[in-house]
Amino acid sequence: MSWFSSTFSSSIGRKFAMALSALFLVFFLLMHLTTNMLSVFSANAFNEASHFMGTNPVVQFLLQPVLIAAVVFHFVMGFILEAKNKAARPVKYAKKDTGNATWISQNMIYSGLVILAFLVLHFIDFWVPEMNYKYIEQLPAVTDRYYGELVHKFQNPVRVVAYVIAFVLLSLHLLHGFQSSLQSSGINNKFTPGIKKFTEIYAIAIPLGFVLIAIYHFINH
Amino acid sequence: MDLKLKIWRQKNSSDQGQIVDYDIKGVSPDMSFLEMLDVLNTELIEKGDDPVAFDHDCREGICGMCSLQINGKPHGPDAAITTCQLHMRKFNDGDTIYIEPFRSRAFPVVKDLVVDRSAFDRIQHAGGYISVNTSGNTQDANAIPVNKDNADHAFDAATCIGCGACVAACKNASAMLFVSAKVSQYALLPQGQVERKKRAEQMVAQMDAEGFGACTNTGACSAECPKEISLTNIARLNREFLNSKFN
Ligand code: HEM
Ligand code: SF4
Ligand code: FES
Repeated sequence: MSWFSSTFSSSIGRKFAMALSALFLVFFLLMHLTTNMLSVFSANAFNEASHFMGTNPVVQFLLQPVLIAAVVFHFVMGFILEAKNKAARPVKYAKKDTGNATWISQNMIYSGLVILAFLVLHFIDFWVPEMNYKYIEQLPAVTDRYYGELVHKFQNPVRVVAYVIAFVLLSLHLLHGFQSSLQSSGINNKFTPGIKKFTEIYAIAIPLGFVLIAIYHFINH
Repeated sequence: MDLKLKIWRQKNSSDQGQIVDYDIKGVSPDMSFLEMLDVLNTELIEKGDDPVAFDHDCREGICGMCSLQINGKPHGPDAAITTCQLHMRKFNDGDTIYIEPFRSRAFPVVKDLVVDRSAFDRIQHAGGYISVNTSGNTQDANAIPVNKDNADHAFDAATCIGCGACVAACKNASAMLFVSAKVSQYALLPQGQVERKKRAEQMVAQMDAEGFGACTNTGACSAECPKEISLTNIARLNREFLNSKFN
């Protein structure tokens, strides 16, 4: 077996790759939240940031493909691990007591599926119209259109509710996932209790930020 | 006390198997769980029925031979013990108790509650040892200085008795806790350094080949482990494996 396949087809190698893609996404969430936060404080700043992201070649042709690859890799590997792990116990227990293990740690695939459904909605909402605007219809660049588009999307209460549900599940996913990705990477030492606290605060604060911004625009316009 | 037992019966590895109900009366709270099964088996034998096959050896909590998923938990409701150390006082009169074999693709059922755990032996053979020449000139292990922290952690890891409760408890039937204990006990000691990389690499390869699942870090294994092997060992195993591949 080659070095590559003996590393990345092993259970630990797969989980390490999973952890790396996940940590990238965790970091991306912070970037995304920072941009969104601008929309609360200043329509102009939000427009500028969005225009920069939408036209900068590094963002468009490097970061965006990397992000899409990380998302696709993460959920495809999630499905592979889930299938392999299910196959490791072909006959189920008639009675199972999961003891101390949290529900969310045992059901990452379900919180993941809700996030995936949300991502599809999110793509249809923002990414597809953007691609259409810029590359298909090739409409003239209007630098101050972004804020209006954002506010318009959040006028629909159904969309706001869907966002809230998705972010609650994302929060749960991260409550287990963030610290799990460190363990999967072999990091567990005397700082771990403190780091774990940090990951839990992060897992609640970041999704809460997204939710509050959506509700803010829903109420304010 | 009187109990209702729901026991997995399976004639052999190719039989389908099913849960069979048994009523047992007059169980003493001072009996161990295995003694309770001995009483049941005596009754079955007297009736001319096939006794329930289950694994056991030392009955002192040190060999790791006894198993059983009792009411959904490996080694039953008590913490940090094996089934032979579980006493019937942990149950109440009239209770229904499910008794099933440890379930994993890598632990095929041999008969009833007996599973074949030789997958663990094959993982050990793949690297869970150190190569020393026992010519008579072997260095005295006590003459090699070892950092106290490392010695303690290595000793804790070495208390794993290879029972398989970690596999039985894990939703993925993962053997990571067992393998991590075996890798850790050598990774932390000077004697383990020479074969360090090869050991992690080969034991993980064998673990995967046996069909155990991957680790989702739920922590169910450590909670059910009779020797309370810690999850920090799994992180160490991850490090040892990644080091062997990337260093
Ligand atoms: C922004 C989106 C997402 C983020 C930030 C995220 C984050 C994480 C993190 C940090 C982990 C822990 C990795 C580890 O234990 O090594 C994880 C695990 C997991 N994720 Fe996600 N995730 C996201 C989306 C998804 C999606 C869309 C799915 C699709 C089904 C998914 C399925 C899973 C599964 C199944 C696991 C558990 C793998 C295992 O431990 O066996 N995730 N995720
Ligand atoms: S790690 Fe614990 S549960 Fe697993 S085999 Fe060793 S002693 Fe048994
Ligand atoms: S029979 Fe030896 S540990 Fe239970």
